[in-house]
Amino acid sequence: MKTIEEVIEAESMVVRFSGDSGDGMQLTGMQFTDTAAFLGKDLATFPEFPAEIRAPAGTLAGVSGFQVHFGSKDIYTPGDEYDVLVAMNAAALKADLKNLKKGGIIITNTAGFDSRNLRLAEYPEGVNPLEDNSLDNYIVYKVNVSNLVKEALSGMGLSNKELERSKNMFVLGMLYWIFDQSPEYTISFIQEKFSKSQSIADANIKALKAGWNYGDTTEIFNTRFKISTSKLPAGTYRNITGNNAAVIALIAAAEKSGTPLFLGSYPITPASDILHELSRYKHMNVRTFQAEDEIAGICSAIGASYGGSLGVTTTSGPGMSLKAEAMGLAVMLEIPLVIINIQRGGPSTGLPTKTEQSDLMQALYGRHGEAPLPVVAAASPADCFEAVYDACKIAIEHMTPVIVLSDGYIANGSEPWKFPSEDQLQPIRAEFVDKPNSEEGIFFPYRRDENYVRPRVKPGTPGLEHRIGGLEKANETGNISYDPNNHELMVKLRAAKIKAVENFIPEQKLDSGNENAKVLVLTWGSTYGSAKAAMMELLEEGSDVAHVHLRFLNPLPKNLGQLLQNHKYVLIPEINDGQLIRVIRDRFLIDAVGLSKIKGLPFTTSEIKNKVTELLNSQ
Amino acid sequence: MSDTITAPAAPKLTSKDFAPDQDVKWCPGCGDYSILKQVQTIFPDLGDKKEDFVFISGIGCSSRFTYYMDTYGMHSIHGRATAIASGLKAARPDLNVWVVTGDGDAMSIGGNHFIHLLRKNFDIKVLLFNNQIYGLTKGQYSPTSETGIVTKSTPFGSIEEPFNTAELALGAKATFVSRTLDRDPKHQQAVLRRAAGHKGTAFVEIYQNCPVFNDGAFFLFTEKESKKEEALFVEDGKPLVFGENANKGIKLDGFRPVVVDLSANGNSVNELWIHDEKDKVKAGILAAFSDLNHHGHVHLPRPFGVLYSIQRPTYEEQMAKQIELVTERKGKQPLNEILSGDKTWEIA
Repeated sequence: MKTIEEVIEAESMVVRFSGDSGDGMQLTGMQFTDTAAFLGKDLATFPEFPAEIRAPAGTLAGVSGFQVHFGSKDIYTPGDEYDVLVAMNAAALKADLKNLKKGGIIITNTAGFDSRNLRLAEYPEGVNPLEDNSLDNYIVYKVNVSNLVKEALSGMGLSNKELERSKNMFVLGMLYWIFDQSPEYTISFIQEKFSKSQSIADANIKALKAGWNYGDTTEIFNTRFKISTSKLPAGTYRNITGNNAAVIALIAAAEKSGTPLFLGSYPITPASDILHELSRYKHMNVRTFQAEDEIAGICSAIGASYGGSLGVTTTSGPGMSLKAEAMGLAVMLEIPLVIINIQRGGPSTGLPTKTEQSDLMQALYGRHGEAPLPVVAAASPADCFEAVYDACKIAIEHMTPVIVLSDGYIANGSEPWKFPSEDQLQPIRAEFVDKPNSEEGIFFPYRRDENYVRPRVKPGTPGLEHRIGGLEKANETGNISYDPNNHELMVKLRAAKIKAVENFIPEQKLDSGNENAKVLVLTWGSTYGSAKAAMMELLEEGSDVAHVHLRFLNPLPKNLGQLLQNHKYVLIPEINDGQLIRVIRDRFLIDAVGLSKIKGLPFTTSEIKNKVTELLNSQ
Repeated sequence: MSDTITAPAAPKLTSKDFAPDQDVKWCPGCGDYSILKQVQTIFPDLGDKKEDFVFISGIGCSSRFTYYMDTYGMHSIHGRATAIASGLKAARPDLNVWVVTGDGDAMSIGGNHFIHLLRKNFDIKVLLFNNQIYGLTKGQYSPTSETGIVTKSTPFGSIEEPFNTAELALGAKATFVSRTLDRDPKHQQAVLRRAAGHKGTAFVEIYQNCPVFNDGAFFLFTEKESKKEEALFVEDGKPLVFGENANKGIKLDGFRPVVVDLSANGNSVNELWIHDEKDKVKAGILAAFSDLNHHGHVHLPRPFGVLYSIQRPTYEEQMAKQIELVTERKGKQPLNEILSGDKTWEIA
């Protein structure tokens, strides 16, 4: 046991795992995260990986990163800068050094800094950052992970490839030691994951323990950190990613509404995980259908919904474009349908693994004809549960397609979730008609209730046979009608039905700050976390600011217009070129100020804070 | 001794029960009328309850069919009926789902969904009204139009090779491939009944005359003067015979079909090709007849009837079975267990 050891207590810290796509950084980061969560830390994560499955090893293009911000205080973002950077090779250091705090810690695998790796990382000939003075402002730990793993696992009969693959567990072991976290959670994970191959499980566990012991016994690390547990509200928590939260919400909505769940989907990054995860729930009477294309994804969901299921389709931007025509059909048919769009950088293939909020206009208006539908956006990974659950409830109870907007950042990111119990969930009323809805004994498929909602009938119900379709329908009977006045009436009725949803959503509240603040920050979707973190700092400093976060983008909450008055500035930060701002200007004639970021990355806290400060200081 | 429970017999349905109160609005003389009539004629005999039939159609003249059947139905969007029907059948295997489509709807804009429906083998009946023209958009060539056809969009003749629908269906692993004619009600009814009885995707191509934009496209096969020589009606287990007075037959010379004159000395029915619906190789050759003609090797009649029919588990059956098996193994999970997952922690 070594003697020199300084323990620093910190409220929160940010760690960035960075390495080659093949280095297993995502798994390492997730294990570190799950362990932190399990040990009661609040956290937010940001996985960032290249679009290529295996970009050339050692290159800058192949760098895969996983950032986790964990600690005891309220954590809303993965952090603007990191305290610790784990760089498995030269490219990882080069790509990710820029956001390491001055004085921060770098843990490197020196084997990843040989001449070949340095060349691939595009360092000039003869330059090795570990050997010159360029890292003097940081604390650098140089560890030959590759060699140490080789030694630790010698005699286990592993191939070189298998040894290489255990590197990440060694690093994880070191990190657990540095942050005083027990490796037990990961040991049980490894045992479960490699239950079919005991030798691989043993090797990984041995590498993990060797990493821990290396930290414990060598003199190299003279600092450890102690992060106290979080002050989250009391309760039972689990860690959850946005896409997994969506899956659970769909299952919950199906159960609570008593309608079987059907997902029609075509694989697309970053939405595919919903299809993968939901496919594992066959025992919950869940039907998942990997369709031949995006169009068949939504069309099969429409078919299932027509048959009485909760029809759902999941996709990302390009898939939304392909589904647009079928959304128009669903608007016309007036049947429940939930469309989940995990937004990514666009247009076209764009930045498939990066995040963006650039499909808001498409969600609101991206259909032919007058085709309004409700749009709901998720604010954070755990919030994907409520957003999707709300969307299902609106779809079923208001007989309409509903779009849920999530994005790559919150879909893959994770945070602790104080999950609800079944009885805390709002009921979802799925009603099916089995008798004619008129005194004459005739069934009118388009006769509406007081909320403009038409009756739903399952095919197979005797006596109510009728046809629906994409052609304009006569009011009430649903027969084909080309009558000019009828068309205008039907367009208005369909719009009134969507508008009426505003009576079923909560009034908009301030998320923080005071009602007459000089600067009001208005956000939607995943910008919530960065804005919230900025707000917390600004309010602590006594700034005259307020924050409103929108869950419902169509219809907007009834009192939103009023809430946006009485501020000198309304600032709308968006990960796009300014979309919500147009809606707000259009609806409320407010001269809002935009803040755009279109880099495939979420806002940092300081970016928002700086803009707010600028407005606070202006006349 | 066993007890027999007899349900009170429901009054037998008639074809009128399937005719809604809406006016049928196809052009006078359209082949679609005959198809509607034959479908309404056979439906009462299928034994299903009226409310269990669902028609899903896309866009095109044929797709208006849905409005003319007093069953459940959805007139959807262009090319997508097959995809919508897939979702419906997956979710509701109890329903008797029929798709009505056309050569533009199924072969062009909906080509992808069409082949995947066949491959997945949902228990869905697909009626493809083939008139080799776009009718509803007023006369452009379709993917089944003959090369050289002069239409509004091909004023100098089409330069495209048409699809061979039956070959396409076989290539897509269809379990039931058939062809019939609007102007042969008896044959049409027989094929429709076979399709209705098939468990799996039943593909029925119906040659349908468009009197406005492509009149007479199939008269060679439907009209008295030429029908006997040009159309071959196949039946399972029977020799391939056609011609005036059934004086011609087809035999296989290796893989090549050869026309045999049965009235000539030395030729007998015994050497002819016996139709076997389960033989995919022979079905492929039958499907290729029209193309062999194009390439001028021989002159072969066009085959009608059930060209191919085999049994393969349906998609919805297997889907239901998988759900059942997994449920048996895992048991239905309480929702609270799913909400909590298996790794939780407490904060006091």
